[in-house]
Amino acid sequence: MRRILSSSYLGILLVMLYAPILIIIVFSFTEAKVLGNWTGFSLKLYTSLFEGGVHHSLTSALWNTLIIGLSAAVVSTLLGTMAAIGIFNLSSRQQKAVQLVNSIPILNPDIITAISLFLLFVSLGISQGYTTVILAHVTFCTPYVVLSVLPRLRRMNPSLYEAALDLGATPFLALRKVMLPELKPGMISGFILAFTLSIDDFVVTLFTIGNEGLETISTYIYADARKGGLTPELRPLSAIIFITVLVLLILINQRTAKKTNMKTI
Amino acid sequence: MYFGKRRNWSIPYVLFLVFFVLVPLALIVLFAFTSEAGGFSFENFRKFLMHPEAMNILIYSIGVALITTILCLLIGYPAAYILSRMETSRARLLVMLFILPMWINFLIRTLATVALFDFLKLPLGEGALLFGMVYNFLPFMIYPIYNILLKTDQNLIEAAEDLGANPRQVFFRTILPLSYPGITSGIMMVFMPVISTFAIAELLTINNIKLFGTTLQENIYNGMWNYGAALSLLMLLLIGIISLLNTQGSARAAEEGGLI
Repeated sequence: MRRILSSSYLGILLVMLYAPILIIIVFSFTEAKVLGNWTGFSLKLYTSLFEGGVHHSLTSALWNTLIIGLSAAVVSTLLGTMAAIGIFNLSSRQQKAVQLVNSIPILNPDIITAISLFLLFVSLGISQGYTTVILAHVTFCTPYVVLSVLPRLRRMNPSLYEAALDLGATPFLALRKVMLPELKPGMISGFILAFTLSIDDFVVTLFTIGNEGLETISTYIYADARKGGLTPELRPLSAIIFITVLVLLILINQRTAKKTNMKTI
Repeated sequence: MYFGKRRNWSIPYVLFLVFFVLVPLALIVLFAFTSEAGGFSFENFRKFLMHPEAMNILIYSIGVALITTILCLLIGYPAAYILSRMETSRARLLVMLFILPMWINFLIRTLATVALFDFLKLPLGEGALLFGMVYNFLPFMIYPIYNILLKTDQNLIEAAEDLGANPRQVFFRTILPLSYPGITSGIMMVFMPVISTFAIAELLTINNIKLFGTTLQENIYNGMWNYGAALSLLMLLLIGIISLLNTQGSARAAEEGGLI
């Protein structure tokens, strides 16, 4: 009895959490302009999403999101990994100081990060566009990369690196052949995390994207929803994003599961 | 040290942090204490105190954030508790199911909520706002509490039982106090984002209800940078006070919040 009660409680919560998403996915397979009207099964929204033309602005928003996400993820992975190696070699007092500042973008509400960066760019008179958005995204993504690479460094056996040097490897070769393979899992999780954070971001993007007509998926949805009419093509797009996130998450989960398995061995 | 003289590798990032984190925060303070005409002044804060509108919105937002946090706690704690008692493999899958929606753009989630309300022919407004907030932030409450309950020493619970505590006493005097750290991180992770969001309220109430985040955004957008900065500074202070009240929560909340 108790078991049934508790399982049905979880069941109800999950239904509540997933009902909105399911409705969007189900209604992405029909043509009706207004959500909630079922006018028969159709893939038309999916094809018109990718044909461009009418919904050119949505496709370009999708591309912008991906380009910004990939650039921000690449830059913050490189910057964050380099920073983690540097921080690891600092004295413990300096480490604490850098880590404190590193945690500010994580703890700050995104609207504060957004407004502070907005003020920075307008004070310097920098015109806002691709560069400012990517810089802003690197600002809030890199701390997470640092946090996922640092533990790998701490766990690494320092003798391995020294052995490589003793056996005649140059510091660069030792870095490439000994250290990087150890750091790779942390770098990959950092990269994936940075990418998801970037494509998911709305507030920071809105404040740093400028008003030259550049849009990402988030700002597009926001502008669209404020106009009242929701572009029907957003339904298949949301469905695709949901499935992509699902696959990414399963991939990450398998990685961590593998890692924990290795630890127990 | 161990890895040669690579400490210099931190220099680019330190400079980056100074330029993109510390300087911008200093700019908020600088703008907040500058009048529109330029020059140091308290004008922006005076304006905030004189205009009841912004103040009312702030108080209303704190209220919405409080109610959302309480609802999330009341709904989330039993869920976390049930999950922590399940066999691990099944619980892991369910926890992942609970966290999954968190990884979808919150605008899409919010629009999905609007769709749900349209579909069920329910009106948008205050009720929809609270539902949307709880819907968006519930996973942030379940996850830290689940984590802490999982780490709870089973022996302590058994000891309480052996010493004659009835199930109610075991829960209220052993399990609940042991899970306080999880509850505080959960509260932080729900309260803080709720108080600073703006788009959720706009979409779920057809722009009828404004939260403090909306006020911030509107001021900045309408070119009132100084006033907007002053309001941001107030929000920073508010959040700083809450984090201080909750000394252990914040760092852990950040770690558990970002990573899976």
